[in-house]
Amino acid sequence: MADENPEITPSGPPAGHNEARRTFLKQSSVLTALALTPGPLVKAAEAEFDEKVAAAIEQVPLRLEINGKKYKLSVEPRTTLLDLLREQLHLTGTKKGCDYGQCGACTVHVDGQRVNSCLTLAVMQDGRKVTTIEGLADGDKLHPMQEAFLKHDGFQCGYCTPGQIMSAVACVREGHADSEGEIREFMSGNICRCGAYPNIVAAIQEVKNGGQKV
Amino acid sequence: MKDQQLQDKVVGDRMNRVDGRLKVTGAAKYSAEYELPGLVHGALVGSTIAKGRITSLDTKAAERAPGVLAVITHLNSPKVPGFAAKSNPDEPPAIGQPLRVFHDEKVYFNDQPIALVVANTLEQARYAARLVKAQYAADEHRTDFEANKQRGFLPTQAKRNPKSAQNDYDRGQKNGYQTAPVKLEAEYVHTSEMHNPMELQSIIAHWEAPDRLTVYDKVQAVKGTQRAFAKDWGLPEENVKVIATFVGGAFGNGLHNWPHETAAIIAAKKLNRPVKLVLTREQMFTMVGYRPYTWQRIGMGATKDGKLVGITHESVGQTSSYEEFTESTLQQTRMMYTSPNVSTRYRILGLDISTPIWMRGPGEATGAFALESAMDEMAHLLNLDPMEFRLRNYTDVDPDNNKPWSTKFLKECYQLGAERIGWNKRQMKPGSLRDGDWFVGYGMGVGTFGANRGTAKARAVLQADGTVVLQSATTDIGPGTGTVMVQIAADALGMPPEKIRFELGNSTFPTAPSQGGSATVNTVGSAVLEACTALKGKLQQLGGAAFASAKPEDLTLAGGQLSLASNAGTKVSLADLRKQNNGQDIDVTVEAKPGNERQKYSMYSFSVHFAEVRVHAMTGEVRVSKMVSCADAGTIVNHKTAGSQMIGGAVGGIGMALTEGAVMDHRFGRYVTKDLADYHVPVHADAPAIEVAFVDKPDFIVDPLGTKGIGEIAIIGVAPAIANAIFNATGKRIRELPITPDKLMA
Repeated sequence: MADENPEITPSGPPAGHNEARRTFLKQSSVLTALALTPGPLVKAAEAEFDEKVAAAIEQVPLRLEINGKKYKLSVEPRTTLLDLLREQLHLTGTKKGCDYGQCGACTVHVDGQRVNSCLTLAVMQDGRKVTTIEGLADGDKLHPMQEAFLKHDGFQCGYCTPGQIMSAVACVREGHADSEGEIREFMSGNICRCGAYPNIVAAIQEVKNGGQKV
Repeated sequence: MKDQQLQDKVVGDRMNRVDGRLKVTGAAKYSAEYELPGLVHGALVGSTIAKGRITSLDTKAAERAPGVLAVITHLNSPKVPGFAAKSNPDEPPAIGQPLRVFHDEKVYFNDQPIALVVANTLEQARYAARLVKAQYAADEHRTDFEANKQRGFLPTQAKRNPKSAQNDYDRGQKNGYQTAPVKLEAEYVHTSEMHNPMELQSIIAHWEAPDRLTVYDKVQAVKGTQRAFAKDWGLPEENVKVIATFVGGAFGNGLHNWPHETAAIIAAKKLNRPVKLVLTREQMFTMVGYRPYTWQRIGMGATKDGKLVGITHESVGQTSSYEEFTESTLQQTRMMYTSPNVSTRYRILGLDISTPIWMRGPGEATGAFALESAMDEMAHLLNLDPMEFRLRNYTDVDPDNNKPWSTKFLKECYQLGAERIGWNKRQMKPGSLRDGDWFVGYGMGVGTFGANRGTAKARAVLQADGTVVLQSATTDIGPGTGTVMVQIAADALGMPPEKIRFELGNSTFPTAPSQGGSATVNTVGSAVLEACTALKGKLQQLGGAAFASAKPEDLTLAGGQLSLASNAGTKVSLADLRKQNNGQDIDVTVEAKPGNERQKYSMYSFSVHFAEVRVHAMTGEVRVSKMVSCADAGTIVNHKTAGSQMIGGAVGGIGMALTEGAVMDHRFGRYVTKDLADYHVPVHADAPAIEVAFVDKPDFIVDPLGTKGIGEIAIIGVAPAIANAIFNATGKRIRELPITPDKLMA
């Protein structure tokens, strides 16, 4: 099914980006080199060539499948998967809590494995399948883990919740949800400052024991 | 059948959260998640000294970096009209002057924002922020609390107002505890704790016109923030709009406006574009408040049969050099027990660290750690069960002011909790219970917090589709405010909750106070109740003679009709009433405020927490194996969300007791613990089974709903319950939080 989806190329960087890049290039060594070449060529550079140079320096092509949709992207190598999702693709369900892989708020699935999306550069995931919280439900039908979090009140402020749920689904799939103690251990990478932990554990146990496909 | 169901009360139900679906699907939008055209990104640069002044700032490299649009510092910042010309510490806000970001070259704390780099992308901004170089003339700084605690002073507000609760207090004889046959004196300390909500402090600032500002901001007070920024920028309040629809936790740190917020507003002004600024986790430790380092000393005296003779409780809490932060650390000592002699002394100590702010159970949680530990210590000296000792000093009037309690069901809490934790397993002799390598112990701690009610407005609109929309400018930092408001309205209107929506987190809504001090349901819930009554009153007028003599509680809006609960035959469709209202929505706004009940009664919520701990004999590792928290919080509007608040408070208390404490390198005045790997908040593995029990008896003196407030009492008393359980397990009394294994092995 997903293969039939057209590739999505999101709108480029915010307005003003090119202008600023051009300013940078004028001031950079790239242009110092170009300045030694005849005038018309510099003009051409200012008009167009610098953009290509800049693109080559700053942007790397990247193909990702996110929540079943294929994306053809061009990203800076230093962009994390988290910042790509939140800032460029506006998939803000994945949360930023620390940027160091210490809190788990940014947990997504990459090829089915839970990953802290703040700890991986987007370009490292070329060709992989990413699932975020936005892709977990089946249309309007919530995933059993989402239903269980609602029922057991597995959250308060809701900010860590997407990461908890993505991690919880993986925890069950990994076979690490056989007891309360095991769940606590294998969910300890996801911090909930509101302290909904016992409710989260109850939700995971219900899903695990309910035997539904996760 | 259906009517029968509708008569069932919704208040008290374990209703799922009305915004739960948005939260579990990632659709809930927090402050950094709004898409605005032309939005650009900021990154803050912090000072690397704790005190002194900036002598030079080199921003050239940052300005030349790709994508950078501006580097804003005190040298080029647009002037904020509300920033007075005089230097910061001249007028300290309780009394003081919130830090005026980019106002001048002065540095008051380490990591104070000194520059904001704005660029097209987040990566560009963060990279360029590292290129800003500052040079300083450093002054000698004071950041070491212990080295400076003798410098504590009476807060200015107490000096100016003799009636301030922060003033020196003596009931009966000063230091009367010294006359008692059994005495103890002990000092208690905890280092600073950071709120660390999971959502990083974030703001998007957008000048929609030169005199119209909109901010999407992580705050607990949309109206308070609106007022603050309107004042800063010399604007009418209605020209400033504050949006905080979802707040990813706060625990108090959204009760103050911080420098980064104004930094983003300045940048948006200068660039005339929306600017998004999200703090880093490190910055969450240095510039958005914390529970202050506090030293306390208790002197307690009792008779041999366990009657308190006196308590003296002194406290020194930390503040900054430019604001006087105060909290009610000593209040519980004045009102919880019968003691005829009570003396309290409250002091604050200004250090070259940013200003603290109330953190869940502010002050009271700090004070309760000392008081409730001391109660346990005294019970041990007297060879009394600590619950029995508390019962012997139980009071049915507030000894602080001799007023009766509005309600107090603390004894019921003791009983509920003792049964559930298995208090009868507790041994009087510490160190008596052992399970393999683990010592096992039981402890308790009591918490209390004022049942406060403020003034709030709420709007109720009956719409053409028969649904009701309610609005109030409160916020929801997590407790489930929208959910309980819908429940309150459902009962008040006799409508199913699915037909009611409550909107919050927007400064254009009718005014409401900040979400803080456990007062939201008391305050805003009462306004919602009155708005619903007013809405029914308006419908009653439109309904004519058949309804003219009906009492409000007899009117219901079930099934798309206005009808009488006492006589279902008397009814008129809401659509007809709307026609009578010239086809307009029926729209009311009311203000609800407390009466003079505070003059007659003393009003508090109460809690008691029981902990079972296991302490490893060889390593000193502490595991809380079970907790029971019981609360007398008046009416429980939603047992599910209220239970979650109590559980959350218990988890926060486990952090306070065992894991959380900021460590500073005083050579630089900089925190060593500055991320979640160094500063340990409790994780799943730290949270045991936590049982919650509510007395659930209404207090109609506090407000017409009978609620008293939950958020604070959920944590107040938890840390001493754990400390006391550790003593019971090991015989070791640790008076310095957090109780880490090194302290137990020492």
